[in-house]
Amino acid sequence: MAHEHKLEIFRGLLKFKSNTQKIWGVLIFLSIVTAVEVALGITKPELLTKNTLVGMKLLNWIFIVLTLVKAYYIAWDFMHLRDEKSSLRRTIVWTPIFLVCYLIFILLFEADYIYNVYKDGFVAWDF
Amino acid sequence: MDTTVTEENVWGGGNRPLGASYGKLMMWFFIVSDALTFSGFLASYGFSRFKFIETWPIADEVFTHVPFFHGNYPMYYVAFMTFILIMSSVTMVLAVDAGHKMMKNKAIIYMFLTIIGGAIFVGSQAWEWATFIKGDYGALETNGGRILQFVKADSGDRAALADFAKIIPGEREQHSSNVGVWFNDEPALASYTVEEVKAGFLADPNILIRTETINEEGEKTLLTREESLDRIQDAKLVVEGANLIRNEYGSRLFADFFFFITGFHGFHVFSGVVINIIIFFNIILGTYERRGHYEMVEKVGLYWHFVDLVWVFVFTFFYLV
Repeated sequence: MAHEHKLEIFRGLLKFKSNTQKIWGVLIFLSIVTAVEVALGITKPELLTKNTLVGMKLLNWIFIVLTLVKAYYIAWDFMHLRDEKSSLRRTIVWTPIFLVCYLIFILLFEADYIYNVYKDGFVAWDF
Repeated sequence: MDTTVTEENVWGGGNRPLGASYGKLMMWFFIVSDALTFSGFLASYGFSRFKFIETWPIADEVFTHVPFFHGNYPMYYVAFMTFILIMSSVTMVLAVDAGHKMMKNKAIIYMFLTIIGGAIFVGSQAWEWATFIKGDYGALETNGGRILQFVKADSGDRAALADFAKIIPGEREQHSSNVGVWFNDEPALASYTVEEVKAGFLADPNILIRTETINEEGEKTLLTREESLDRIQDAKLVVEGANLIRNEYGSRLFADFFFFITGFHGFHVFSGVVINIIIFFNIILGTYERRGHYEMVEKVGLYWHFVDLVWVFVFTFFYLV
Protein backbone atom coordinates (compact mmCIF):
# COMPACT_ATOMS: atom_id res chain seq x y z
CA MET A 1 0.00 0.00 0.00
CA ALA A 2 2.72 2.43 0.88
CA HIS A 3 3.85 2.90 -2.67
CA GLU A 4 5.54 5.99 -3.94
CA HIS A 5 3.60 8.85 -5.52
CA LYS A 6 4.85 10.39 -8.72
CA LEU A 7 4.69 14.10 -8.11
CA GLU A 8 5.25 15.54 -11.56
CA ILE A 9 2.58 16.75 -13.98
CA PHE A 10 2.86 18.26 -17.47
CA ARG A 11 5.70 15.83 -18.25
CA GLY A 12 7.85 17.08 -15.42
CA LEU A 13 7.26 20.77 -16.08
CA LEU A 14 5.57 21.15 -12.73
CA LYS A 15 6.85 19.27 -9.71
CA PHE A 16 5.06 19.21 -6.37
CA LYS A 17 6.52 18.68 -2.93
CA SER A 18 3.82 16.38 -1.61
CA ASN A 19 0.82 14.41 -2.85
CA THR A 20 -1.57 16.85 -1.17
CA GLN A 21 -0.01 19.76 -3.00
CA LYS A 22 -0.27 17.93 -6.30
CA ILE A 23 -4.00 17.35 -5.70
CA TRP A 24 -4.62 21.07 -5.17
CA GLY A 25 -2.52 21.88 -8.22
CA VAL A 26 -4.60 19.54 -10.37
CA LEU A 27 -7.80 21.05 -8.96
CA ILE A 28 -6.66 24.53 -9.99
CA PHE A 29 -5.81 23.27 -13.46
CA LEU A 30 -9.18 21.50 -13.87
CA SER A 31 -11.05 24.60 -12.67
CA ILE A 32 -9.22 26.76 -15.19
CA VAL A 33 -10.09 24.35 -18.01
CA THR A 34 -13.78 24.31 -16.96
CA ALA A 35 -13.82 28.12 -16.77
CA VAL A 36 -12.36 28.34 -20.28
CA GLU A 37 -15.02 25.91 -21.55
CA VAL A 38 -17.86 27.89 -20.00
CA ALA A 39 -16.45 31.22 -21.25
CA LEU A 40 -16.17 29.84 -24.79
CA GLY A 41 -19.65 28.35 -24.54
CA ILE A 42 -21.18 31.66 -23.54
CA THR A 43 -19.29 33.98 -25.89
CA LYS A 44 -19.17 31.56 -28.85
CA PRO A 45 -16.45 33.42 -30.81
CA GLU A 46 -17.37 33.65 -34.50
CA LEU A 47 -13.91 32.58 -35.54
CA LEU A 48 -14.53 29.21 -33.92
CA THR A 49 -18.18 28.70 -34.89
CA LYS A 50 -17.77 29.68 -38.56
CA ASN A 51 -14.81 27.42 -39.28
CA THR A 52 -15.19 23.68 -39.35
CA LEU A 53 -12.84 20.74 -39.25
CA VAL A 54 -13.99 17.34 -40.57
CA GLY A 55 -17.60 18.51 -40.62
CA MET A 56 -17.66 19.83 -37.05
CA LYS A 57 -17.30 23.37 -35.69
CA LEU A 58 -13.85 24.23 -34.41
CA LEU A 59 -15.48 25.23 -31.10
CA ASN A 60 -16.86 21.72 -30.61
CA TRP A 61 -13.46 20.20 -31.32
CA ILE A 62 -11.97 22.44 -28.66
CA PHE A 63 -14.64 21.32 -26.17
CA ILE A 64 -13.95 17.66 -26.89
CA VAL A 65 -10.18 18.04 -26.62
CA LEU A 66 -10.50 19.97 -23.33
CA THR A 67 -12.82 17.24 -22.02
CA LEU A 68 -10.26 14.57 -22.82
CA VAL A 69 -7.59 16.67 -21.10
CA LYS A 70 -9.77 16.89 -17.99
CA ALA A 71 -10.50 13.15 -18.15
CA TYR A 72 -6.78 12.45 -18.36
CA TYR A 73 -5.98 14.39 -15.21
CA ILE A 74 -8.92 12.95 -13.27
CA ALA A 75 -7.86 9.41 -14.17
CA TRP A 76 -4.13 9.96 -13.79
CA ASP A 77 -4.02 12.00 -10.60
CA PHE A 78 -7.33 11.52 -8.77
CA MET A 79 -7.64 7.85 -9.62
CA HIS A 80 -3.82 7.71 -9.34
CA LEU A 81 -3.31 5.70 -12.52
CA ARG A 82 0.00 7.56 -12.68
CA ASP A 83 1.22 5.48 -9.74
CA GLU A 84 0.01 2.14 -11.10
CA LYS A 85 1.99 -0.34 -13.18
CA SER A 86 1.93 0.48 -16.88
CA SER A 87 0.37 -2.92 -17.66
CA LEU A 88 -2.66 -2.11 -15.49
CA ARG A 89 -2.87 1.39 -16.92
CA ARG A 90 -2.84 0.18 -20.51
CA THR A 91 -5.45 -2.50 -19.86
CA ILE A 92 -7.80 0.01 -18.29
CA VAL A 93 -7.29 2.82 -20.77
CA TRP A 94 -6.89 1.29 -24.22
CA THR A 95 -9.66 -1.33 -24.02
CA PRO A 96 -12.50 1.20 -23.62
CA ILE A 97 -10.86 3.69 -25.99
CA PHE A 98 -10.75 1.11 -28.76
CA LEU A 99 -14.36 -0.03 -28.20
CA VAL A 100 -15.75 3.48 -27.86
CA CYS A 101 -14.01 4.76 -31.00
CA TYR A 102 -15.43 1.80 -32.90
CA LEU A 103 -18.94 2.43 -31.57
CA ILE A 104 -18.81 6.15 -32.31
CA PHE A 105 -17.55 5.52 -35.81
CA ILE A 106 -20.39 3.12 -36.60
CA LEU A 107 -23.19 5.11 -34.99
CA LEU A 108 -22.28 8.54 -36.32
CA PHE A 109 -21.84 7.32 -39.89
CA GLU A 110 -25.13 5.48 -39.73
CA ALA A 111 -26.85 8.55 -38.26
CA ASP A 112 -25.51 10.74 -41.05
CA TYR A 113 -26.86 8.27 -43.58
CA ILE A 114 -30.30 8.33 -41.95
CA TYR A 115 -30.18 12.13 -41.89
CA ASN A 116 -29.68 12.10 -45.66
CA VAL A 117 -32.49 9.58 -46.13
CA TYR A 118 -34.85 11.87 -44.22
CA LYS A 119 -33.62 14.90 -46.10
CA ASP A 120 -33.66 13.56 -49.66
CA GLY A 121 -36.51 11.08 -49.30
CA PHE A 122 -39.99 11.69 -50.61
CA VAL A 123 -41.66 11.58 -47.23
CA ALA A 124 -42.54 14.92 -45.63
CA TRP A 125 -41.48 15.32 -41.98
CA ASP A 126 -42.13 19.00 -41.41
CA PHE A 127 -45.86 19.67 -41.51
CA MET B 1 6.75 -9.92 -8.26
CA ASP B 2 9.06 -12.41 -6.70
CA THR B 3 12.38 -12.99 -8.37
CA THR B 4 11.99 -16.71 -7.80
CA VAL B 5 8.68 -17.40 -9.48
CA THR B 6 7.93 -21.05 -9.03
CA GLU B 7 5.51 -22.81 -11.31
CA GLU B 8 3.17 -23.41 -8.44
CA ASN B 9 3.20 -19.74 -7.66
CA VAL B 10 2.24 -18.73 -11.19
CA TRP B 11 -0.41 -21.36 -11.86
CA GLY B 12 -1.85 -21.02 -8.42
CA GLY B 13 -2.39 -17.29 -8.96
CA GLY B 14 0.41 -16.46 -6.58
CA ASN B 15 2.02 -13.65 -8.54
CA ARG B 16 0.53 -10.23 -9.15
CA PRO B 17 1.45 -9.03 -12.64
CA LEU B 18 -0.68 -5.88 -12.31
CA GLY B 19 0.57 -5.05 -8.84
CA ALA B 20 -2.91 -4.25 -7.53
CA SER B 21 -4.92 -5.98 -4.86
CA TYR B 22 -7.92 -8.14 -5.71
CA GLY B 23 -10.42 -5.55 -4.49
CA LYS B 24 -8.88 -2.70 -6.42
CA LEU B 25 -8.68 -4.76 -9.58
CA MET B 26 -12.34 -5.72 -9.30
CA MET B 27 -13.28 -2.06 -8.82
CA TRP B 28 -11.39 -1.26 -12.01
CA PHE B 29 -13.23 -4.08 -13.82
CA PHE B 30 -16.51 -2.56 -12.73
CA ILE B 31 -15.45 0.95 -13.70
CA VAL B 32 -14.37 -0.12 -17.18
CA SER B 33 -17.65 -1.92 -17.82
CA ASP B 34 -19.64 1.00 -16.43
CA ALA B 35 -17.64 3.37 -18.60
CA LEU B 36 -18.69 1.31 -21.61
CA THR B 37 -22.34 1.56 -20.54
CA PHE B 38 -22.14 5.34 -20.32
CA SER B 39 -20.28 5.47 -23.63
CA GLY B 40 -23.12 3.50 -25.15
CA PHE B 41 -25.63 6.07 -23.88
CA LEU B 42 -23.59 9.05 -25.05
CA ALA B 43 -22.89 7.46 -28.43
CA SER B 44 -26.59 6.78 -28.96
CA TYR B 45 -27.24 10.40 -28.00
CA GLY B 46 -24.76 11.35 -30.74
CA PHE B 47 -26.55 8.99 -33.11
CA SER B 48 -29.92 10.66 -32.54
CA ARG B 49 -28.40 14.09 -32.69
CA PHE B 50 -26.66 13.46 -36.01
CA LYS B 51 -29.92 12.02 -37.32
CA PHE B 52 -31.71 15.29 -36.52
CA ILE B 53 -28.68 17.55 -36.79
CA GLU B 54 -30.67 20.40 -38.35
CA THR B 55 -33.43 20.50 -35.77
CA TRP B 56 -31.78 19.51 -32.47
CA PRO B 57 -32.50 21.92 -29.56
CA ILE B 58 -29.72 24.33 -28.59
CA ALA B 59 -28.72 23.54 -25.00
CA ASP B 60 -27.87 27.18 -24.10
CA GLU B 61 -31.48 28.10 -24.75
CA VAL B 62 -32.88 25.25 -22.69
CA PHE B 63 -30.78 25.37 -19.50
CA THR B 64 -30.85 29.05 -18.66
CA HIS B 65 -31.91 29.10 -15.03
CA VAL B 66 -30.09 29.63 -11.76
CA PRO B 67 -31.93 29.06 -8.46
CA PHE B 68 -33.11 32.23 -6.68
CA PHE B 69 -32.24 34.40 -9.70
CA HIS B 70 -34.51 35.53 -12.48
CA GLY B 71 -33.22 36.05 -15.95
CA ASN B 72 -31.19 34.36 -18.61
CA TYR B 73 -27.98 32.74 -17.36
CA PRO B 74 -27.04 29.95 -19.71
CA MET B 75 -24.75 27.27 -18.30
CA TYR B 76 -23.63 29.03 -15.13
CA TYR B 77 -25.46 26.61 -12.90
CA VAL B 78 -24.20 23.51 -14.68
CA ALA B 79 -20.68 24.90 -14.49
CA PHE B 80 -21.23 25.33 -10.76
CA MET B 81 -22.39 21.73 -10.49
CA THR B 82 -19.29 20.57 -12.35
CA PHE B 83 -17.12 22.53 -9.98
CA ILE B 84 -18.87 21.04 -6.94
CA LEU B 85 -18.30 17.53 -8.23
CA ILE B 86 -14.61 18.15 -9.01
CA MET B 87 -14.26 19.72 -5.58
CA SER B 88 -15.77 16.68 -3.87
CA SER B 89 -13.40 14.54 -5.91
CA VAL B 90 -10.54 16.53 -4.45
CA THR B 91 -11.71 16.03 -0.87
CA MET B 92 -12.02 12.33 -1.69
CA VAL B 93 -8.38 12.11 -2.82
CA LEU B 94 -7.40 13.97 0.33
CA ALA B 95 -9.33 11.40 2.37
CA VAL B 96 -7.52 8.58 0.57
CA ASP B 97 -4.22 10.36 1.19
CA ALA B 98 -5.03 10.76 4.89
CA GLY B 99 -5.95 7.07 5.00
CA HIS B 100 -2.57 6.12 3.55
CA LYS B 101 -0.91 8.00 6.37
CA MET B 102 -3.31 6.38 8.91
CA MET B 103 -4.64 9.76 9.99
CA LYS B 104 -8.11 8.83 11.13
CA ASN B 105 -9.50 12.24 12.05
CA LYS B 106 -8.38 13.88 8.82
CA ALA B 107 -9.94 11.07 6.82
CA ILE B 108 -13.23 11.55 8.70
CA ILE B 109 -13.35 15.28 7.91
CA TYR B 110 -12.54 14.81 4.23
CA MET B 111 -15.08 11.99 3.84
CA PHE B 112 -17.70 14.24 5.42
CA LEU B 113 -16.91 17.06 2.97
CA THR B 114 -17.11 14.59 0.08
CA ILE B 115 -20.57 13.47 1.19
CA ILE B 116 -21.74 17.09 1.44
CA GLY B 117 -20.45 17.83 -2.08
CA GLY B 118 -22.26 14.78 -3.45
CA ALA B 119 -25.48 15.79 -1.72
CA ILE B 120 -25.30 19.32 -3.17
CA PHE B 121 -24.78 17.85 -6.62
CA VAL B 122 -27.73 15.45 -6.39
CA GLY B 123 -29.91 18.29 -5.08
CA SER B 124 -28.87 20.50 -7.99
CA GLN B 125 -29.62 17.69 -10.39
CA ALA B 126 -33.12 17.35 -8.93
CA TRP B 127 -33.65 21.08 -9.30
CA GLU B 128 -32.50 20.94 -12.94
CA TRP B 129 -34.97 18.17 -13.60
CA ALA B 130 -37.82 20.06 -11.94
CA THR B 131 -37.07 23.19 -13.98
CA PHE B 132 -36.78 21.18 -17.17
CA ILE B 133 -40.06 19.33 -16.56
CA LYS B 134 -41.91 22.52 -15.68
CA GLY B 135 -40.70 24.37 -18.77
CA ASP B 136 -40.82 28.11 -19.13
CA TYR B 137 -42.34 29.46 -22.35
CA GLY B 138 -44.64 26.77 -23.68
CA ALA B 139 -45.00 25.87 -27.35
CA LEU B 140 -47.36 24.41 -29.94
CA GLU B 141 -46.99 21.05 -31.60
CA THR B 142 -47.99 20.62 -35.23
CA ASN B 143 -49.71 17.69 -36.92
CA GLY B 144 -46.30 16.37 -37.93
CA GLY B 145 -44.98 16.52 -34.36
CA ARG B 146 -42.81 19.62 -34.92
CA ILE B 147 -42.54 22.23 -32.19
CA LEU B 148 -43.44 25.89 -32.82
CA GLN B 149 -42.05 28.42 -30.35
CA PHE B 150 -42.92 32.11 -30.12
CA VAL B 151 -40.78 35.22 -30.23
CA LYS B 152 -41.59 38.91 -29.74
CA ALA B 153 -40.84 40.71 -32.99
CA ASP B 154 -39.75 44.04 -31.45
CA SER B 155 -37.34 42.78 -28.79
CA GLY B 156 -36.38 39.40 -30.19
CA ASP B 157 -37.07 37.78 -26.81
CA ARG B 158 -38.96 34.54 -26.42
CA ALA B 159 -42.68 34.97 -25.79
CA ALA B 160 -44.42 32.76 -23.26
CA LEU B 161 -47.89 31.50 -24.07
CA ALA B 162 -49.20 33.48 -21.10
CA ASP B 163 -47.92 36.70 -22.72
CA PHE B 164 -50.35 36.63 -25.60
CA ALA B 165 -52.89 33.79 -25.33
CA LYS B 166 -56.48 34.95 -25.16
CA ILE B 167 -58.74 33.53 -22.50
CA ILE B 168 -61.84 32.15 -24.17
CA PRO B 169 -64.46 31.44 -21.54
CA GLY B 170 -65.64 27.88 -21.78
CA GLU B 171 -65.92 24.68 -19.87
CA ARG B 172 -63.40 21.95 -20.41
CA GLU B 173 -62.80 19.55 -17.59
CA GLN B 174 -60.00 17.05 -17.43
CA HIS B 175 -61.33 13.60 -18.04
CA SER B 176 -60.24 11.21 -15.29
CA SER B 177 -60.86 7.52 -14.88
CA ASN B 178 -63.18 7.90 -11.89
CA VAL B 179 -65.89 9.68 -13.88
CA GLY B 180 -66.13 7.26 -16.77
CA VAL B 181 -64.90 3.88 -17.86
CA TRP B 182 -61.97 2.98 -15.61
CA PHE B 183 -59.37 2.70 -18.37
CA ASN B 184 -60.34 6.00 -19.97
CA ASP B 185 -58.58 9.15 -18.85
CA GLU B 186 -56.37 11.87 -20.29
CA PRO B 187 -53.16 13.63 -19.25
CA ALA B 188 -53.30 16.92 -17.36
CA LEU B 189 -54.72 19.73 -19.46
CA ALA B 190 -52.40 22.51 -20.60
CA SER B 191 -52.95 26.03 -19.26
CA TYR B 192 -54.37 27.13 -22.60
CA THR B 193 -56.20 25.43 -25.43
CA VAL B 194 -54.89 25.54 -28.99
CA GLU B 195 -57.79 27.85 -29.91
CA GLU B 196 -56.84 30.32 -27.18
CA VAL B 197 -53.21 30.42 -28.33
CA LYS B 198 -54.26 30.79 -31.94
CA ALA B 199 -56.71 33.61 -31.15
CA GLY B 200 -54.08 35.43 -29.09
CA PHE B 201 -51.54 34.97 -31.85
CA LEU B 202 -53.87 36.40 -34.51
CA ALA B 203 -54.71 39.38 -32.30
CA ASP B 204 -51.08 40.31 -31.56
CA PRO B 205 -49.01 41.22 -34.65
CA ASN B 206 -45.88 41.43 -32.49
CA ILE B 207 -45.65 37.65 -32.12
CA LEU B 208 -43.61 35.55 -34.56
CA ILE B 209 -43.08 31.81 -34.82
CA ARG B 210 -39.70 30.18 -34.39
CA THR B 211 -39.27 26.72 -35.89
CA GLU B 212 -36.93 23.90 -34.89
CA THR B 213 -34.74 24.29 -37.96
CA ILE B 214 -31.26 25.65 -37.32
CA ASN B 215 -30.10 28.18 -39.93
CA GLU B 216 -26.61 28.90 -41.19
CA GLU B 217 -25.84 31.23 -38.28
CA GLY B 218 -26.47 28.33 -35.92
CA GLU B 219 -29.71 29.84 -34.64
CA LYS B 220 -33.29 28.69 -34.83
CA THR B 221 -35.17 29.96 -37.90
CA LEU B 222 -37.52 32.87 -37.26
CA LEU B 223 -40.52 33.07 -39.61
CA THR B 224 -41.94 36.35 -40.89
CA ARG B 225 -45.42 37.35 -39.77
CA GLU B 226 -46.95 36.07 -43.03
CA GLU B 227 -45.16 32.74 -42.78
CA SER B 228 -46.12 32.54 -39.11
CA LEU B 229 -49.80 33.10 -39.89
CA ASP B 230 -49.56 30.30 -42.41
CA ARG B 231 -47.68 27.95 -40.12
CA ILE B 232 -49.93 28.27 -37.08
CA GLN B 233 -52.71 26.54 -39.02
CA ASP B 234 -50.77 23.26 -38.55
CA ALA B 235 -50.85 23.48 -34.76
CA LYS B 236 -52.85 20.85 -32.94
CA LEU B 237 -51.51 20.64 -29.37
CA VAL B 238 -50.23 22.91 -26.60
CA VAL B 239 -46.98 21.61 -25.07
CA GLU B 240 -45.72 22.92 -21.74
CA GLY B 241 -42.52 21.61 -20.16
CA ALA B 242 -41.21 18.16 -20.85
CA ASN B 243 -42.11 14.53 -20.38
CA LEU B 244 -41.03 11.30 -22.03
CA ILE B 245 -43.42 11.74 -24.95
CA ARG B 246 -43.04 15.38 -25.94
CA ASN B 247 -41.30 18.55 -24.80
CA GLU B 248 -41.50 22.24 -25.60
CA TYR B 249 -37.77 22.49 -26.41
CA GLY B 250 -37.91 20.61 -29.72
CA SER B 251 -36.93 17.11 -30.71
CA ARG B 252 -38.68 14.50 -28.58
CA LEU B 253 -35.53 12.45 -28.19
CA PHE B 254 -33.77 15.40 -26.56
CA ALA B 255 -35.84 15.15 -23.38
CA ASP B 256 -35.69 11.35 -23.40
CA PHE B 257 -31.90 11.38 -23.49
CA PHE B 258 -31.76 14.15 -20.92
CA PHE B 259 -33.82 12.13 -18.46
CA PHE B 260 -32.05 8.90 -19.22
CA ILE B 261 -28.41 10.00 -19.19
CA THR B 262 -28.50 12.58 -16.41
CA GLY B 263 -30.84 10.28 -14.51
CA PHE B 264 -28.48 7.34 -14.77
CA HIS B 265 -25.57 9.55 -13.77
CA GLY B 266 -27.57 11.06 -10.89
CA PHE B 267 -28.35 7.53 -9.70
CA HIS B 268 -24.62 6.79 -9.69
CA VAL B 269 -23.95 9.90 -7.63
CA PHE B 270 -26.73 8.95 -5.24
CA SER B 271 -25.39 5.44 -4.70
CA GLY B 272 -21.90 6.93 -4.40
CA VAL B 273 -23.11 9.16 -1.58
CA VAL B 274 -24.71 6.17 0.18
CA ILE B 275 -21.50 4.15 -0.11
CA ASN B 276 -19.47 7.15 1.08
CA ILE B 277 -21.71 7.41 4.15
CA ILE B 278 -21.12 3.74 4.96
CA ILE B 279 -17.35 4.21 4.66
CA PHE B 280 -17.57 7.41 6.71
CA PHE B 281 -19.14 5.53 9.63
CA ASN B 282 -16.68 2.65 9.23
CA ILE B 283 -13.81 5.10 9.64
CA ILE B 284 -15.43 6.62 12.72
CA LEU B 285 -15.96 3.16 14.21
CA GLY B 286 -12.29 2.43 13.62
CA THR B 287 -12.84 -0.55 11.32
CA TYR B 288 -9.90 0.33 9.09
CA GLU B 289 -7.72 1.27 12.01
CA ARG B 290 -8.12 -2.29 13.31
CA ARG B 291 -7.70 -3.74 9.83
CA GLY B 292 -4.40 -1.95 9.54
CA HIS B 293 -5.06 -0.22 6.22
CA TYR B 294 -7.53 2.15 4.57
CA GLU B 295 -7.75 0.44 1.19
CA MET B 296 -11.53 0.46 1.33
CA VAL B 297 -11.47 4.26 1.22
CA GLU B 298 -9.29 4.08 -1.86
CA LYS B 299 -11.63 1.66 -3.66
CA VAL B 300 -14.70 3.77 -2.96
CA GLY B 301 -12.63 6.78 -3.98
CA LEU B 302 -12.05 5.19 -7.37
CA TYR B 303 -15.81 4.85 -7.85
CA TRP B 304 -16.38 8.43 -6.77
CA HIS B 305 -13.81 9.80 -9.20
CA PHE B 306 -15.36 7.73 -11.93
CA VAL B 307 -18.69 9.44 -11.31
CA ASP B 308 -16.89 12.77 -11.66
CA LEU B 309 -15.20 11.56 -14.85
CA VAL B 310 -18.54 10.62 -16.40
CA TRP B 311 -20.00 14.00 -15.52
CA VAL B 312 -17.17 15.75 -17.37
CA PHE B 313 -18.30 13.96 -20.53
CA VAL B 314 -22.02 14.47 -19.91
CA PHE B 315 -21.34 18.17 -19.33
CA THR B 316 -19.53 18.46 -22.66
CA PHE B 317 -21.90 16.50 -24.83
CA PHE B 318 -25.15 17.65 -23.29
CA TYR B 319 -24.49 21.26 -22.43
CA LEU B 320 -21.51 22.53 -24.42
CA VAL B 321 -21.30 20.89 -27.83
